[in-house]
This record gives sequence, structure tokens and C-alpha cells, in this order.
Amino acid sequence: MKVEKKTKIVKTIRIDVDKCNGCRACEVICSSFHATPKYSSNNPERARIRVIHYPLRDLYVPVYAGEYAAAECAGRDRYTIDGKEYDECSFCRASCPSRDVFKEPDSGLPLKCDMCESDPSLSEPMCVQWCLADALVYEEREEEVEVVEEPEEIEIGLEAMAHKFGWQKILDTAARMSKED
Amino acid sequence: MRYAETGFNLEVDLTRGNIERVATDPELTELYLGGLGTNAKIQWDRVPPEVEPFSPENLLIFATGLLVGTPVVGCNRAIVSTISPQTGLMAFSMMGGFWGPELKYAGYDKLIIRGKSPDLVYLWINDDNVEIRDASHLRGKGSLEAAEMIRQELGDPKAQIASIGMAGENRVWFASIEQGRSSASRGGIGAVMGDKGLKAIAVRGTNDVNVARPAELIGMCNEVMEYIKFRNENPIPGVMPILAGLGSPQEMAIHDEKWHTENFAWGNSRVRRKGFWTEEVEKKWTDTMMGMRTRLVSCHNCPMKCGATISVPGLPTYMMKCFSKLTYTMAAMSDLEFGLKIAQSATEYGVDAFSAPQVMAFALELYEAGILTDADFPGMPSDNEERFFWLLDRIVRREGIGDVLANGTHWAAEQIGNGAQEYAHNNIKKHEQLPLKLGMLNPIYFLMYSTGEKINITQIEGNYPQAPFATREEREEFCKDWVQVPNEKFKEYFLNWELRGEKSIPHYPGIEATCEIVNWQEQMHYIDDATGMCAGLSSFPLKPPYHIHNLPTFISAATGMELDEEGLTQIAKRNRNLVRAFNIRRGMRKKDEKPPADHWKRRFPELEEELLNEYYRFKGWNEQGIPTQDSLHELSLGYVAEDFLQRGILQDKESGPSGTNSSEGSAS
Repeated sequence: MKVEKKTKIVKTIRIDVDKCNGCRACEVICSSFHATPKYSSNNPERARIRVIHYPLRDLYVPVYAGEYAAAECAGRDRYTIDGKEYDECSFCRASCPSRDVFKEPDSGLPLKCDMCESDPSLSEPMCVQWCLADALVYEEREEEVEVVEEPEEIEIGLEAMAHKFGWQKILDTAARMSKED
Repeated sequence: MRYAETGFNLEVDLTRGNIERVATDPELTELYLGGLGTNAKIQWDRVPPEVEPFSPENLLIFATGLLVGTPVVGCNRAIVSTISPQTGLMAFSMMGGFWGPELKYAGYDKLIIRGKSPDLVYLWINDDNVEIRDASHLRGKGSLEAAEMIRQELGDPKAQIASIGMAGENRVWFASIEQGRSSASRGGIGAVMGDKGLKAIAVRGTNDVNVARPAELIGMCNEVMEYIKFRNENPIPGVMPILAGLGSPQEMAIHDEKWHTENFAWGNSRVRRKGFWTEEVEKKWTDTMMGMRTRLVSCHNCPMKCGATISVPGLPTYMMKCFSKLTYTMAAMSDLEFGLKIAQSATEYGVDAFSAPQVMAFALELYEAGILTDADFPGMPSDNEERFFWLLDRIVRREGIGDVLANGTHWAAEQIGNGAQEYAHNNIKKHEQLPLKLGMLNPIYFLMYSTGEKINITQIEGNYPQAPFATREEREEFCKDWVQVPNEKFKEYFLNWELRGEKSIPHYPGIEATCEIVNWQEQMHYIDDATGMCAGLSSFPLKPPYHIHNLPTFISAATGMELDEEGLTQIAKRNRNLVRAFNIRRGMRKKDEKPPADHWKRRFPELEEELLNEYYRFKGWNEQGIPTQDSLHELSLGYVAEDFLQRGILQDKESGPSGTNSSEGSAS
């Protein structure tokens, strides 16, 4: 088995909840960008980023959509940060049955952020470009990951047989059987 | 498919409990755009002049601007119009925030309310499902308090809610409609909402808003974002801090209040306090603001941060923006801490932050003068600040003297008599104004104050500097990138405008130039009120991102309408004339068009008369300020001309006694 070291680019959005002013421009430009044709309509309900906000409690948390979760979490907790109480869901990126964000309003299908993947590619996702408050900052992080070269299935099988019968026996058998075919 | 707009209005008759979704005529969009323009058309058609503000036939219209709900940056305003109980004329007040876009997402361009509900109700507009719901449990609740209760019972934190407080319920003539971080305050429209038995309107929408030419529109939006970024980093030199940037005046962010506290009048718009702004005051007020301001906040799809969340220790949190920061402070001759405290009550009660403080200061002046006596104020505390809290409470409950004061200074003075009229000194068209008392007549402001029908100077002024710059070099520098001017003439007027001498106020800019400057500034506001664009990015600040040269393309790319500068200018003119026509039909004439007598110390009656007459001519109005037949026909407002002829407001050119335009106003 081969083990190789590789660098991989991880695309992320760094979110500063203290800087968010709750304008929801990120929702507008996200839904417009993902409309077909591009920019032809706006509907924050289709956005893959939502500002979870409770203005009078001074809560503003921009969250962008992550993986779909088939079931809701058990025992959703509450966190108090700087004296403000947040529901655990405020920070969660999942499209899940417990809430109505990150679902296509027509079909109910889950939505997921694609970092505005397009050709030609953008310098930054549109939500970041439209966030003049810098609550959203795009970051590309290089991560070194171990890439293990996985053996093919047949190799695993052959290796096991060679261990039992020896290589010569396998080659002979393979030659005889292919002739019989 | 309709672009930018939904093509549907929601009509609600509260008397019968009837709710209808009505398709609109696209031709009206071509003629009036939307927002205020189409509101004025509906009110002209359906609200005859006999209708009183508190009659069931009076309409209360909540309109989204034409471009609201598109990605056009900062375009989020709802325009609320009706007949004002205070002025008897058309009241139209704009609110930013999130309510307007939500109505568009729900699938409606306007919500038109008529009739009166026998019981207190609220509306729940959830896309296609619209319900009239009982609100008896919300009676007497604060505007924000009621909104939170409604969100709870609907189980929808994303619902946007416009609501009234006790002032609206009790039909206080300067009651506002509050919407969390924005409000529609002027003209007493909250009283009309209360009269209709409507406590709140909750909206939630999940539909698309389509645009006609997406790539072109988004390209222009990106440019606006870039320009805003540039302007936020490069304030305009040579003007005071609140005028140097974009947005609504940045009262929540900027602590330097030298200009307001020393140039605006305190008390019942009486005293200017030169030298008030000391280092000590600055430190104290900055500490107060920083201690209570938890966050600067924006409206829908706008990067400016004009509002703030305010948490006064021990009181519920509320939101505020702009000059309401100082109106209570200055009326009570107090400090910022008092101002932020009482504004919390005032926001929950739902009163206009310009009128309410002035009404209270007026009452206390009458008390000092002996016109009102202890008998009128039973149980009033002796402490000055407590008196304001006490008075506010009486007013919103309409208890005792509060019932008289709740009609505003003009009508209260009429009722009190005994010389009280002299104390209601800061009104235009019977409505309280900003507390400004200045030295020398300014011809531009004279015309804006006189002829404005928005009743609020900040919604008329804007793109032309308020005062000349000291040196020619500074003026030349300012003109270098002044692309917003309709044409080069305006730069000439500004370049030659001096602080003193021959080319200074009141005789410079000259009469013709003054007319053009006033007309330009007003026109930009009328465009914004039709598109729903926030004045803070367009008609109000110096060198805004939106102007007469790019707005036609924004409108065209969003809606698909063919539109150029000339076409947009014509629409703005049409809307402006239709609003005026509505008011003329309700009796407004030249006699009503004047600033407060004491607005300037130095007045020039002959020059003022000439200015007003010349401006009327410039606008295509006769000597009573009535749009002439010719100008109405030129604006495709022939139906207005016909109505005026029938009512004798205008006389037919063919059959009239003198056969000239100059006789048209005599019928009034």
C-alpha cells in the first residue's frame, strides 16, 4: 500500500457575526446568481446562505448551506455567548427536517452552497463580494492530506491466493484455464 | 411575464372582511412607474375630495416601489399613503427595512386597505394565504411588543411586521407605523391605520421577483457596490461629517453633534445654543451612545448602516436611525441619555419623532406663558424630564390635555385659543417641521419649504450642496467628479456661489437658477418614491451612486420598459403633478405655501413673492399653484384637467371670462 502526501485547497467562508449588519444582501445575490438564466430572478427563499436573525436580541448569524441531514438532531442545545442565547441550529449548516431553511421552495429539495462554482471561476463567492461589512470573508486554506493509494479489488484477491498456493500454481492454472475457454 | 413588479395588488375591505388579489394594468407602470406614482393615481381615481381622513372610504395604501425585491442595491422602500388627519392633504411616508421586499416576495406590488374593522384586527399575508385575524389581545401593546407577540403566535420568525402602538390605536394625528428598524412617521398615517381597526400587518413571501435583462442589471449593481465602497473610504471634503458620506445622515455612527446642537433650535424650536458642544458634552454623549448602542444595522440589501439597535439599561431593546437621536433631547433641553430613554417609549407608542417632541415642548411653553394652567396639567411632575414622559403618556392615551395636544400644535393651538396660535410657530401646511431657525433667507430652501408636499425638508432637498464652499479652488475640486448633475449649468451655479457678497444668498443663485436647482432635487425624490429606492443612496446625499443618467437604465434593465432620461423626467413630472392635483382638489392653494414666518430672521417679501410666482410658472402651474390645462395635457393628465374644469378649479380657456391662463386660479 502506497501512502502519499498531497496538498488540497479547502474553500471556506470565515464568518464574523459581530460584523454582520443584517442587510441580507448575501441572500439576494446568492439566489440571483443561482437563478436560471443567471441573475434572472431573486428570491431569498432559494438562497444557499441565510442570515439567522433576531434583531431585538441582537442575533445575526449568516450560515451557508452544507450537507443534507435526513433526520433532525436529538436534544438541540442552547448556547450563551457573550450574554446572548443562541439556538444550536443558528450555527448549523444542514438542510434538515427541523427547520425551513435551505430547501427549494417549490420542490422542498435540499440546497447546498457550491461556492459559486462557475466557468470562468469567480475570485470569491458572490455573497462575500456583496458583503461590504466584511462579515463574510472568503478563505482558501491549503491542507496537507495523506492520500493512500488503494489497491484494486482483484489485487487483494490475487494476493490472498498467492499466499495460499504460490505464484507458479496460479500462473499455471490461469494459462490452462484461458486455453480451455 | 411582468418584470420587477408582480402585476398584482392585494385589496382588503375591512368593513366586509373581503380580500381580493387584483391584476394591475401594465400601462399604469409605463405612465407612473409604481410606488407613490401609482398610489397617487389610485387615490385620485377612488378618493374624492369629500372623503375625510377617518372615513371608511379613505384608502390606506402600502406600496412597494417598482424595483423593490430586485437585486438593485438599497431599493427596499415601502411607500405608505392616505389622507393626513393633520394637513387634510395626501400623506405619503416611506419606510425602509424589510417589510416592502417581503410583500413583493409574497406576490403583491401594493396592499390597498379600505373600510373599517369593527374590532381590532391584524392581517397575515403568507404568500397566497391572506387572513384577517383577531387582535383584541394586542390592544394597548407597544408596536414592537405586538410585533413580537404576532411572530410568536404565527410561529414564523421570518414574518416582517408593520404595526402601530397606542398612539395609532387612539388616532393621535402624528402617530407612526413602526416596522422594527424603520417607520413611516409623517402625516399621521398611523392614526388612519388605527381608525381602520388595523393593529398590524404581518407578511411572509417565498416567491421569485424576475428581472428583464439580468446580466446588464447585475453589472450595474456591481458597479454601485464598488462606488459605495469607494465613497465609504473617501468622504467628500469640505462638508460637515454627516453630509460627507452616503446613506441617511449617519447619526448612529457619528458622535460629533456640534452642527445639530448649535445650529438647530432647542425647546419649542426657539433657542440656538452657540458654544454648547464642548469637549465635556462630546465625551458624555459619546459614552452614552457607546453604552447603549449594541449594533449598527442595515435595511434589506443595502450595505449602509444607518440604523442602530439601542438597549437602554432596564428597558426593552428598540431600533433607531437618523435625527430622532436628538429631537427629544433638544425639545426637552436635556441630554442624550434622556433622548434615548424617551425614544424607547415613543417608538413603542408609535409617534413621529419630529412632531411629538415639539408638541410637548409647545405645551410646556404655553404653561410657562400662563395660557395653559395647573388645571390643564393635573398631577404633572415638577421635574422637566419627567414632564415629557408624563405628557407623552397623556397624548398617546388622549387623556385630558393630551386629547387636545394629540392633534398637533396647529390644531391644539386653534382649540386652546387665547394667543396659543403664536406658539404653534414652526409649521408648514399645519404640520410640525425640523427645528431650524436661521439668519438669512435662502432662496432654494424658501421654494422647497413653500412648495413641498412631502412636508419634510429632508425628503425634498439633497443633491445640490446646502451651502457654498469657501474658496473657488474647493468648488472646482468638488465639480471635478460631479457626474450626477443633469447638465453642466448646475456646476456653473455652484462654482459662482459665494459665502458673501454679490453672488451669495438671498440673491444668488438667481431666480431661474433657483427654480432649476429646486426642481432637480425634488425630481430625484419623486423618482425614488416611485422605484422604492432609498433616498440615502440617491436623492438625499451629495454625489450618490444613483442619478438621472443611470436610473433610466436600471429601470429599463429591471422591467424591460423602454426608458431614457427624458422619459423618466417626464414620469417624475407627471407623478409630481398628480400629487399636487390631488391636494389642489382638496383645497390647497398658494396661501398654504409658505415656510414658518420665523424660519429666517432676514426675509425679503418681494423677492419671495417673485420666487414663488416664477417657480409656479417654471412648473407649469398658474398663480395659485394649480397645474394649468396645457401642462396637464402635456403630461397625459387630461382627466385631471377635465375634473378641474368640472369643479371650477380651472376655467376653460375657450369659454373662461378672460380666456387666459392667468385667470385660472381665481375660482378657488
